[in-house]
Amino acid sequence: MSTDTSHETTPDSAAPAPRRKDTAQYGVAALLAVIGVYTIYDASTLAVGFGDPVGPRAFPYVIGTVMVVLGVLLVLATARGDVPEEEGGEDVDLTSPTDLVTILKLVGVMVFTIATVSWLGWAISGALLFAGAAWSLGSRTQLRDLLVGAAMSVLSWYGFYVGLGIPLTPGILDGIL
Amino acid sequence: MDSFSLLWDGLANAVTPVNLLYALIGVALGTFIGVLPGIGPAMAVALLLPVTYGLDPVPSFIMFAGIYYGGMYGGSTTSILLNTPGESASVMTALEGNKMAKRGRAAQALATAAIGSFIAGTIGTLLLAFFAPALADVAVDIGAPSYLAVIVLAMVLVTSVLGSSQLRGFIALFIGLTIGLVGLDLNTGQARLSFDQPLLADRLDIVVVAVGIFALGEALWVAAHLRRTPLEVIPVGQPWMGRDDWRRSWKPWLRGTALGFPFGAIPAGGAETPTFLSYILERRLARKGHEFGDGAIEGVAGPEAANNASAAGTFVPLLALGLPVTATAAIMLAALRNFGIQPGPQLMVEQSDLVWTLLASLLIGNTFLLVLNLPMAPMWAKLLRIPRPQLYAGILFFASLGAYTTNQQPFDVFLLLVFGLLGLMMRRFALPVLPLILGVILGPMMETEFREALALSGGSVTGLVNEPLAVVVYVVVALALIIPRIVARTRGTEPEDQERPEEVVRR
Repeated sequence: MSTDTSHETTPDSAAPAPRRKDTAQYGVAALLAVIGVYTIYDASTLAVGFGDPVGPRAFPYVIGTVMVVLGVLLVLATARGDVPEEEGGEDVDLTSPTDLVTILKLVGVMVFTIATVSWLGWAISGALLFAGAAWSLGSRTQLRDLLVGAAMSVLSWYGFYVGLGIPLTPGILDGIL
Repeated sequence: MDSFSLLWDGLANAVTPVNLLYALIGVALGTFIGVLPGIGPAMAVALLLPVTYGLDPVPSFIMFAGIYYGGMYGGSTTSILLNTPGESASVMTALEGNKMAKRGRAAQALATAAIGSFIAGTIGTLLLAFFAPALADVAVDIGAPSYLAVIVLAMVLVTSVLGSSQLRGFIALFIGLTIGLVGLDLNTGQARLSFDQPLLADRLDIVVVAVGIFALGEALWVAAHLRRTPLEVIPVGQPWMGRDDWRRSWKPWLRGTALGFPFGAIPAGGAETPTFLSYILERRLARKGHEFGDGAIEGVAGPEAANNASAAGTFVPLLALGLPVTATAAIMLAALRNFGIQPGPQLMVEQSDLVWTLLASLLIGNTFLLVLNLPMAPMWAKLLRIPRPQLYAGILFFASLGAYTTNQQPFDVFLLLVFGLLGLMMRRFALPVLPLILGVILGPMMETEFREALALSGGSVTGLVNEPLAVVVYVVVALALIIPRIVARTRGTEPEDQERPEEVVRR
């Protein structure tokens, strides 16, 4: 789903720009249609039982069909010049173009965490997650971030273990924590 | 009056030193997370839900109620001191609140918000104690067809009445319904949309979906457009109010409460509409009238009270029908199920002591909010100065922790990432989040009722409309779909008002 945001080519602007087409919306429409078609296909593989007048297929069929229709409507709206009003926020500067590099770095950090958390354990993976994410977002105090991250992850490990009796994965620190 | 003696028993049950400690921790954590920029109450509740796992129902309710009220108040603090509301319900607070702060009256703005929230929350909870059992009594007799109709009504109202574009609302709703399909079919036990993944067949955890869409999606969206020059934070001292502030605040508090509670209780999307109406009402009623637009205390007192009263109101359909109507309520529903409570008409009959304890917890959480936040406001304001890279790295950290602790599976963190990217996409393309979350929660409920209704009627379509209530509700649904279009045609600019409140002020 990340690929859709990467279609963006036009600079984002909060100001009411002259009517332009948001071509990236065609990507969203295509995604809706693909999900809809797959939902219908997936439902067609289900077996229908006896004595169940509706069965497991009806809902996916309806939802999938509506998704395809919504995709078509979005194509029509986009072609007519419909432009989404992007969400603002406290730290959001819509006049700057989408910073894809930062997003990719953050996704990379998350993927690293997913891949290593079972092996390294939460205490280490969590610390690296915090430091890595702060670095991706432009922090230049890596050592401090690493220390803060380590403190947060070790404390949360003990918080869950001692306070709530939930042992998070200790990983390679098994026996030390 | 019987309700109130039961509520009193609930209070007696809940007030123990240990439970009060949990209330304190809950309020502190909720405010801490809620005050962080970009985090609304729904996100705070979703992020902090894992903290309540593993506790007994009563302490976890109390802590949870504290988190809930703390998260809501944290959002108001942010909008008053930063002028950039984290969620739609505090848009109106920011209008006058930030102007007050700029004129050096931040302390009074925070005080009227806190005290107004307390009063509205208390009255709202008492009204809830009165109405929820009454509604549950009626709801016990509601059959599957009417229940289905009410679910459809909630979906349609949230999707079509709120927000600027019906098309985008329905896109979000149906993405949510698709997500709700994932997992075992409730009747036949076959896995749907699971890609042969046993972890998916087990159904998605709503906490992972919500944290992904709200917290991670927001963090990624901010990362894509990070403001490199930080916003100006207005320094604040100890909140207090003078005699004149009290005189000007108490009526807006009560009027806000009166507007907020009923709007919260009907499935119309929570606090957005009543806070807007309360703001308009106070502006009309202000005799001098001219201070509006430059920091009128009435414009903070009214909407803040409306916000909290509507939050109490959302508990009416949640407890009596099992029907969440806001994003926060959707996560609450997930939380209650986690605690082994199935909200709905039967709840009041079968587990009424738990319900009364929950209501008592709300009162306690609300009180602690006042006790804790008035003195600690200057400290919370300092949180707004956390450097942004560390702040959003922290959100990523806690989001991952929350997802990971649901099942201790790295796969849940992967799902979190997928939903985070979906959340990013939704923000980029202006797809509203609320219909999606409601779709995820209400979709499976809707399918259950639909199939039950048709199973009872032997497959005949008349089974969907054989109760008078169902027919009435469908008529309301049709009106809800048609009226916004007519209003938009005849008055052109009207729906825009809710989107851009600044324009209302300028008029």
